[in-house]
Amino acid sequence: MGIFDYAPAPESRAIVDIRPSYGLFIGGEFVPATGGTFKSVNPANEEVLAEIGEASAEDVDRAVAAARLAYDGVWSRMPGGERAKYLFRIARIIQERARELAVLESIDNGKPIRETRDVDVPLVAAHFFHYAGWADKLEFAGYGSNPRSLGVAAQVIPWNFPLLMLAWKIAPALACGNTVVLKPAETTPLTALLFAEICQQAELPAGVVNIVTGAGETGAALIAHPGVDKVAFTGSTAVGRAIARTVAGSRKKLTLELGGKAANIVFDDAPIDQAVEGIIDSIFFNQGQVCCAGSRLLVQESIQDELLDALRRRMGTLRLGDPLDKNTDIGAINSAEQLARITELTAAGEAEGAERWSPPCELPAQGFWFAPTIFTNVSATHRIAREEIFGPVLSVLTFRTPDEAIAKANNTPYGLSAGVWTEKGSRILSMAKRLRAGVVWANTFNKFDPTSPFGGYKESGYGREGGLHGLEGYLDV
Amino acid sequence: MSETKSPAKKTAAKKTAAAAAAAAKTEKAAAVDAVVADDAVVATTASPTPAPVRLDVRKTYKLYIGGAFPRSESGRSYQVAAADGTFLANAALASRKDARDAVTKARGAFSGWSGATAYLRGQILYRIAEMLEGRREQFVAEVRAVEGLSARQAEAQVDAAIDRWVWYAGWTDKIGQIRSSANPVSGPYWNVSSPEPTGVVALFAPERPALLGLVSVLAPAIAVGNTAVLVAQDSAALPAIALAEVLATSDLPGGVVNILTGKAAELGKPLAEHLDVDALDLAGIADTEFATSLEQAAAENLKRVLRPSSAPTDWNDAPGTTRLTAFLETKTVWHPVGA
Repeated sequence: MGIFDYAPAPESRAIVDIRPSYGLFIGGEFVPATGGTFKSVNPANEEVLAEIGEASAEDVDRAVAAARLAYDGVWSRMPGGERAKYLFRIARIIQERARELAVLESIDNGKPIRETRDVDVPLVAAHFFHYAGWADKLEFAGYGSNPRSLGVAAQVIPWNFPLLMLAWKIAPALACGNTVVLKPAETTPLTALLFAEICQQAELPAGVVNIVTGAGETGAALIAHPGVDKVAFTGSTAVGRAIARTVAGSRKKLTLELGGKAANIVFDDAPIDQAVEGIIDSIFFNQGQVCCAGSRLLVQESIQDELLDALRRRMGTLRLGDPLDKNTDIGAINSAEQLARITELTAAGEAEGAERWSPPCELPAQGFWFAPTIFTNVSATHRIAREEIFGPVLSVLTFRTPDEAIAKANNTPYGLSAGVWTEKGSRILSMAKRLRAGVVWANTFNKFDPTSPFGGYKESGYGREGGLHGLEGYLDV
Repeated sequence: MSETKSPAKKTAAKKTAAAAAAAAKTEKAAAVDAVVADDAVVATTASPTPAPVRLDVRKTYKLYIGGAFPRSESGRSYQVAAADGTFLANAALASRKDARDAVTKARGAFSGWSGATAYLRGQILYRIAEMLEGRREQFVAEVRAVEGLSARQAEAQVDAAIDRWVWYAGWTDKIGQIRSSANPVSGPYWNVSSPEPTGVVALFAPERPALLGLVSVLAPAIAVGNTAVLVAQDSAALPAIALAEVLATSDLPGGVVNILTGKAAELGKPLAEHLDVDALDLAGIADTEFATSLEQAAAENLKRVLRPSSAPTDWNDAPGTTRLTAFLETKTVWHPVGA
C-alpha cells in the first residue's frame, strides 16, 4: 500500500429503508399518482432504487388545493410562535435522523457520504432551525409591523443538493406563514419523500407541505397553476427564463436561483497551498455540480506554473469511487444525461484547442463517472469558458492586472458567485466591490450558512435565499 | 413626417407651452382666448388678429441622451396638445435607435455613478430639488398646460415633485444601512451582505401626474446608483424634457438619466428585449396585455421587472422604500477569520 492508499470504508446502507414504490405526498398522506411512474436510479451503479409516482396536472391541482385549504384553514391563522415550534421540531427530527438522510441522499444523488454527512444534512437542520426562529419575529424584519404571507408557494428544486434545496425553499416559506407544493428533481426524489415522513412525524398539519414528484411537465403544471401565489425555482438559466415568461403578467411573486460560471481569481501573493485547497473545493465539491462552482480559474500569469503544478499534484490525491465510502472525494455524476453534457462540453474544449489534463484515475465500470479534469490554454471565447459545465471540469485562464481580472471575471451573463485569493486586504475589498456577483468568497470558497443570503446578479436569477434577506421572497412586501 | 402635419386650425394659439401657461398666471384670459380663437377660425381670417408686440421665443423639445439634447435620429416629432386641445409644442418622437443610444450612454455612466459616494449622489439629488425649486413657476405652468389643472393643483404637484427629490436625496446614504447585515455564520468567517445597484433600468413613467409620476419612478432608481432610460409618454414629454434641463444643470453626470419622449408602444419592446438593460419598471404601462408582453420579453436576460400596480396608484402617497429596493442586488462577502 502506498502512503495514500486506504482500505474501503463504506458506510452501511442498512440504516435506510427504501420502499419499492412511492406515491405523492398530498394533504398529509401518501396517495397514488395518476400520471404514471418513473424510476429513481443509484447513479453510482445504475441500480433501480424505487418506482416513483409521476404527478399529472390533476395531481398538481389536488396538491395546490390541499395547500390552499391548509393555508386558509390552519397555517395562515396560526400564531407565529406555534409555526416556529413545528419548524424547530422538524429541525430536531432532521438531526435525529441525520445519518439516515445522509446515506439516502448519497445513494440517490451519487455524492460522497463525507459531503452529505458533513455539509448537506447539517446545513438542512440548521436552515430549519434558523427560519423556525423567524416565524414569530417577522415584525422585526424591516417590512412593517405586520408583514403578511403570500399564500401557496410552488417550489421546484434541482438534483444537485436535493435535501438542502428543499430546506432553502420550505423553511422560509413556512416560517413566513405560507403553505407549499414542492417538486423535487426527477432523479433525486427520495430524500424529499423521506422529508414528507418527517413532516408526518412532526405532526405538521396536513397540506402545509405537499410533495409532488415528476419531471418537467409536472413542474410546468405547478408553476402555471392559477392557485399559486409564489413561485420559487432553483435550476438552469434556460428553465428559469421559461418560468419567468410563464409567470409574466400574473401576480405571482417569483424568485429564481439559476446557473453560474464563477471566476475564482488567484493573485501572485496568495498563499498557494490554501488557494489550491480552495480551488479543489470550488470545482470538485459535489463533482462540480454546483451552480456557484468556481469553474473558471483566473490565475495571475506570474504564478501560473507554480500554482498549476501544485493543483495537479493535489488532484492526483483525489479519490473517486463509491459515494458511500467515507474516504471518497469524488462521487458519481447524477445522471447519464448530465454525464453526456459534461462529456460533450469537454470534447468541445479539446476541439477548440484547450489543453486537457486529468490525473490517472480509474472509473468504475457501472454508473456515471467523470474524472476530475482541468483545461489550460483556455481562451475567453471557448465554450468551456462561457457555458456552465456542471461537472468536475476547471477552465484555467490567466491575467496580469487586477483590472484585467475584473474584466474577465465579469465577462459572462452569469453573476452568482466569485472567489478572490490574495493576502492584500485592500485588494480583496476592491475586487469584492467590482465583481458583479451575489456571493464573493475571499480566501475561501463554497461556504454556506442559513444566515448568509445567497443568490445571483444578472442571468443567475433574482431574489435571495438565507437569513433576513430570504424572508422577502415569501412575504407580501 | 406624418406625425408633424400642421393643422392650421390649432396654430391660432401663438403661445408656447411655457409662455402660454405663464401668461395664464397673469392674464387669465389667455387660455380662453386660445379656445375662442380655435373655434373662430373663420372669424379670425375675416378680421386678422393684430401681430403681438413681441413674438415669443419657443422652446424646441428634444431628447436627453448622454447629457446632450439631440433630436430623434429618426427626425420625427409629434404634436403635444394642452388638455383643451391647444397646440403646445412638437416633441421628439424617439425611435428604437434612440432607445439603443440611450442604453449605451446609461451603461457607460453606470460605473461612475454606482461608484460615486452615497454622499455625493445625495448632494446631486438635493441639487436637482434646488434647481427644480428655482424653476417652480415654469413647471407649474407646464404641468397646468399639459394636464389642464388649476393653478393650485399644479402647484401642489410641482411641490410634491420637488419634495420627492429631497426625500430620495436623503436616502442615498441610508438605504445601504437598512439593507445590510452582518451575518452570524457558524464558523470562523467574517460575512457581510450589502446592497448594490442592479445596473441600467428602463423606466416607463406614468403619463399622469406628468411631473410627479416621472420623478416618482426616476428618483429612487438613480438614488441607489442605477442609471436610467426613462420613457415619458405623449404629453408628459414636456415636463420630462423641462426636467432634463434641470438634471443637466445639477451636476448629474451625463448618461445617468436619459429621457426618451414618445410612445411606449414603440419603445417598450426594444427596451424590454435589450440585453444590456438589467431592469424594467412598467409603472406607466396601463395596457395589461402590453405590460405582460414586455415582462415576457424581459425574461430573455432575466431582467428584474417592477410590474404595474394592479390597483390605481396615488402618486401623492408617501412612497416608502419599495422603489428604492426594487433595483438593488444583495452581495454577500465571506472571509476567514484567523491570526
